[in-house]
Amino acid sequence: MPEPLLSVRDLEVSFATDEGVVQAVDGVSFDIGQGEILAVVGESGSGKSVSAMTLMGLTRSPNARFSGSAMYKGEDLISASDERLQDVRGAEIAMIFQDPMSSLNPVQKIGAQIVEQIQAHEALPDAQARERVVELLERVGIPRARERIDSYPFEFSGGMRQRVMIALALSCDPNVLIADEPTTALDVTIQAQILQRIRSLRDETGAAVILVTHDLGVVADIADRVAVMYAGRIVEQGSLDDIFYDPQHPYTWGLLGSITRVDKPRPARLPAIAGLPPSLADRPEGCHFRPRCPHEFAKCTEVPPLEARVEGGQHLDRCWLTVEQKRSDREVLPGEIGLRSKEGAPA
Amino acid sequence: MARFIVRRIGQMLLVLFAVSALTFLIFNVIPGGDPAVRMAGRHPDPGQLARIRAEWGFNDPVYVQYLKTMQKTFTGDLSSYTTNVDVVDELRKRAPRTFALAIGAAIIWMLAATAIGLYTAARAGRFADRSITILALVGISMPVFWVGALMNYYLGFKWGIFPNGGYVPFADDPWEWFYHLIMPWTALSILFIGVYSRVLRSNILDTINEDYVRTARAKGLSERRVMYRHVLRNSLIPIVTLWGLDFGAVLGGGTILTETVFDIQGVGQYAAESIGQLDVPPVLAITLFGSFFIVLLNTVVDILYAAIDPRIRLQ
Amino acid sequence: MATEPATEFALEGPSALQGEPRRRGTAGMGPWRLAFRRLRSNRVAVVFGFVFVVLVAVCLAAPLWADHVAHTDPYKNHLTDTVIVDGEKKDVVTPDGIPIGPTWQGEFFLGADGNGRDTMVRLLYGGRNSLLIGVAAALITTFLSIVVGVLAGFFRGFTDTVLSRTMDVIWAFPVVLLGVALGTALTLSGLQIGPVDISGRSKLIPILIIAIVYVPYMARPIRGQVLSLREKEFVEAARAQGAGSLRIMLSEILPNLSSTVIVFFPLMVANAILLEAALGFLGVGVQPPEASWGTMIGDGVKHILSGPHLAIVPGVMLVVTVLALNIFGDGVRDAFDPRAKIHLEH
Ligand SMILES: Nc1ncnc2c1ncn2[C@@H]1O[C@H](COP(=O)(O)OP(=O)(O)OP(=O)(O)O)[C@@H](O)[C@H]1O
Ligand SMILES: [Mg+2]
Repeated sequence: MPEPLLSVRDLEVSFATDEGVVQAVDGVSFDIGQGEILAVVGESGSGKSVSAMTLMGLTRSPNARFSGSAMYKGEDLISASDERLQDVRGAEIAMIFQDPMSSLNPVQKIGAQIVEQIQAHEALPDAQARERVVELLERVGIPRARERIDSYPFEFSGGMRQRVMIALALSCDPNVLIADEPTTALDVTIQAQILQRIRSLRDETGAAVILVTHDLGVVADIADRVAVMYAGRIVEQGSLDDIFYDPQHPYTWGLLGSITRVDKPRPARLPAIAGLPPSLADRPEGCHFRPRCPHEFAKCTEVPPLEARVEGGQHLDRCWLTVEQKRSDREVLPGEIGLRSKEGAPA
Repeated sequence: MARFIVRRIGQMLLVLFAVSALTFLIFNVIPGGDPAVRMAGRHPDPGQLARIRAEWGFNDPVYVQYLKTMQKTFTGDLSSYTTNVDVVDELRKRAPRTFALAIGAAIIWMLAATAIGLYTAARAGRFADRSITILALVGISMPVFWVGALMNYYLGFKWGIFPNGGYVPFADDPWEWFYHLIMPWTALSILFIGVYSRVLRSNILDTINEDYVRTARAKGLSERRVMYRHVLRNSLIPIVTLWGLDFGAVLGGGTILTETVFDIQGVGQYAAESIGQLDVPPVLAITLFGSFFIVLLNTVVDILYAAIDPRIRLQ
Repeated sequence: MATEPATEFALEGPSALQGEPRRRGTAGMGPWRLAFRRLRSNRVAVVFGFVFVVLVAVCLAAPLWADHVAHTDPYKNHLTDTVIVDGEKKDVVTPDGIPIGPTWQGEFFLGADGNGRDTMVRLLYGGRNSLLIGVAAALITTFLSIVVGVLAGFFRGFTDTVLSRTMDVIWAFPVVLLGVALGTALTLSGLQIGPVDISGRSKLIPILIIAIVYVPYMARPIRGQVLSLREKEFVEAARAQGAGSLRIMLSEILPNLSSTVIVFFPLMVANAILLEAALGFLGVGVQPPEASWGTMIGDGVKHILSGPHLAIVPGVMLVVTVLALNIFGDGVRDAFDPRAKIHLEH
C-alpha cells in the first residue's frame, strides 16, 4: 500500500457529562489512501460521527477530551491550531453531515452558502463563484439550478437539501470527503444517484472517501474497505471481501446475518442484534461486546488488540477466538440473524 | 410577499378597530358614574357638563358615542376642559421630543445589549457571565423614574456633569440637544439592556449548537465569520422583532415616566400631567394614538421580519 | 420594569415550560423533586428567596415598630414637634420646610418627610401595601390566565378566537399606558359592576388594573401548553373512559400546568410591584394618605432637593424586593427548565 493520505492513530474522544465520562471514541486507528472508499459501519451511538467530526476539529464541546493523531500530508490534524484547520476544512477535507434538514442555514440562500465556502478558500469574483455553484448544483442533479440558486433551504425537499450539502462538500475539490450517512434520509433512487456522484468524484479527482453508513447494501455497492465500529472501537477492519465473506468478529456476524447465505440478497439495513449496546459511560471491561456475545470465554475480560489474525496481514479484528474457531462457529449459527442473546430471549 | 402584506394590513385594521373600541370602553363605559363629569375634570360646572354631553353624544346610543369620540380625536377637534388647550395641537408640538428620546434610547439599548449578549455568551458560566447576569437583573428591577431621579439629582444637580433635565430642540443647538438627552436615553435604556442582553445571550447559546453552525465551520470559515455571519445574525432575528415591538411601546406611551423625571415636555409628560389633573381628553387621545402607533409598528415589524426570515411568509 | 414585560415573559418564560407533561402517580414526583433539588443547589437563588421572605416579615411587623419603637403611626404629622438626637433638640421639620434626615434611633429612624411623618413607619406600612398589591394582583392574574388559557386551549374554535383576540388587543397597549388609562378612569369615578361598588380610592382598583394588564402575558403560554396537552395520550385515555370536559380540565390539564405557574409567579409578583410603583408615582395607584413604595418615591422625587434620602430609601427597598424576586424566579425557572442550565456548562 502506498503512503496513506490520512492516517489516524489511537484516536480517543471522551465527554465529561453528568452521568460520568462518556468514552465515545476509544482508540480508533485506520489509514485511507487516495481514491479509496472506506465504509464505516456500526450501530447508532458507536462513535462514527464523533470520530469523523473530530478529524476536522468539529467536536467543540468544552467537555470533550481528545488524544491520538490524524496525520494528513505530514501534519497532525488533532493537535493543529484552529486557524490551520480553517484552511483544511472545506478545501482539503470536506464533510457531508448526517442531517440535511438542519445543516443548512435557514435564512441564507443556498447559493450564497456555497459561494461563501468557495470564497473562503479562493479569491474568486462573485460572478465566477456563482457560475461554479450553478455547475455544482447541476452536477449533483438539481434541476433548473440557475433559478434555484437563490432559493432558501426551506424551499427544498430533504433529498434536494442533501444534494446541496453534497454540492457544498464538492465545491473546492476536496482530497478527502467524509460523508456521514449521506443517503439515510433519501429514497432508493435518489440514494443510488447520490452514491453515483460520490463514486464519480472519487474517479474524477482521486479523492479518498470515508463513508459512514448503516446500510450494508450501500457498503457492498461502493466500498473498497470496511471498518466495523462497536462502542467506540473498531472491532474489525478489512477489504470488502474480507468483511463480507470472511468476517472474524461475532459482532460483524450479527451485522451481516448469516454470512454463509451468499446466494440470498443481503439485508439492506443492519439487522437487530439481541441485547442493547453498552452505556458508553459504563462499559464492560475487556471486550465491549462480551455481554451480548454467545462465544464469550475467560480471556474476553482482557481487551483484545486490533490486529491481523487472518493470514495476509490486512484484515484486522478484535476477538480472542482463534481463526479456526470463528470460521466454524459462524457457520453453525442458527437462522438468518447470526446472534441470539445469551439469556435466550430475543429482544 | 404581496399577499402576505395585504393579509397583515387587513389584520392590522381589525386590531386598530378593537383597540379604539377598548380605549373608548375604558374611558366612557367601564367606570361608573357620569362620563361627562369625568371629561370635565376636577371642577365641572353644570353648563359645561351639558355642552360635553351634547358634544360627545353621551345621551345617544353607545355606538354613536364611539363614533363621535373617534371623530373628535382624529379630526383634531378635541380640547381639554381643564386647560382649554387643543389636545391634538399640543401632541403635534410635543411629538418630536418623544421621538428623539425613543429613537436614541432604542439605538443605545440595542447596541449595548448586543455587545453584552455576545460577551456573556462567550463566557457563559464563568464569573464575568454570572456577575453580568446579576447586574442585568438589577437593571430590570429598577423603576426608571427612580434611577432617573437619582441620576438627575447626583449627575445633574449635585455634580453638574450633565444638564439637570430639560430639552433643547435639535435645530437650536445639536450639541446641547445631545448633551441634554444623554441621561434620559441612558435611564430609559437600562431596563431594555437588561432584558435584551439576556435574551440574546440565550439565543446565541442555542444557535451555537445548531447543525448549520457546524456546517459553517466545516466550510473553513474563520471563527469570526462563523460568529458574526451565522451565529449572531440568526440570534438577532427574533430580537429585531422584539426591538420593533418595544420601540413601538416606548413611542406609544413607554416614555411617560422618563419624560416626567427629566422634564422633556414630550407626549409622555403631557400624559402624566393630564393624569395628575385627572384631565381625561388628553389621556384618551394619547392612549388612542399610542396604541395605534404600536399596532402600526407591529405590522411593519412583521412585514420586515418576513423579509428577513423567508420561512415566516409560509405560515 | 413595568414598561414592557412583553419581552421578558414572551421570550424567557414559556420556553421553560414545554417539558414533559407530568403524569400523576408513578413517576409524578420525579421532576418535582429534581427541580427542587436543583433550586436548592442554586445558592444565589436560595439566598435571595430568603431575602424576600425577610422583607415580607419585616413589613408585616410594621405595627410593632410603629407602636413600640417609633411611637407614632404612618399618617400622623409632627410638623411642629421636636426630637432629641444625641442629646440635642432638633425640629422634625425646620421652619423653612427641610425635614430631618435619618436619626438612626427609634423615632424618625430614617428621618421624616415634608409633612413631618416618620419615614421608617411609612416605609414599612407602604411596603405592606406594595407587597399586598403585588401578590394579590399576581394571584388574580394567575387565576384569570389559567381560566382564559385553559378555556381557549381546550375548547379551541370560537372560544379560542374570542379570548385570544381579546388578549391580543390588551397586548397592543403598552403596560404603563393601559394601567394609567384605566387608573385615570377608575380613580375618578370608581367601579360599579352590578351590586359591586368599588370606590376610586380603594386599593382594589390598582390590584385589578395590574391583574388585568398582565393577563395576556401569562395566558398566552398557558394556552399554548394546553393546546399540546390536550393531544396527549393520558387526556385521550381519560376521554375514552368517559370523563367530561370539566373533569379533564381539572384533573388532567390543570396539574400539568403547575410548573408553568410556579415559574411565572415570582416574576409576576416582581412586575406587579413595579407597575404599582409606576402607577403610584403617577398618582393613580394607592391614594393618599396611604402610602406605597411607589408613592413614597414619587413624593421623594418631588422634594429631592430637600433631602435625597426620601427618594433613595423607598427606592432601595423596592429594588431589593424586586431583585430578590427576579433572582429567585430565575432560579426557579432554571430548576424547572434544565435546558437553560445546560447552557451554563457548555
Ligand atoms: N457533546 C457530547 N457530549 C456527550 N456525549 C456525546 C456528545 N457528542 C456525542 N456524544 C455521545 O457519543 C456517542 C457517539 O455518538 P455518535 O454521534 O458518534 O454516534 P454514531 O455512531 O454517529 O450514531 P448514529 O448512527 O446514530 O449517527 C453517543 O453515545 C453520544 O451520545
Ligand atoms: Mg452519526
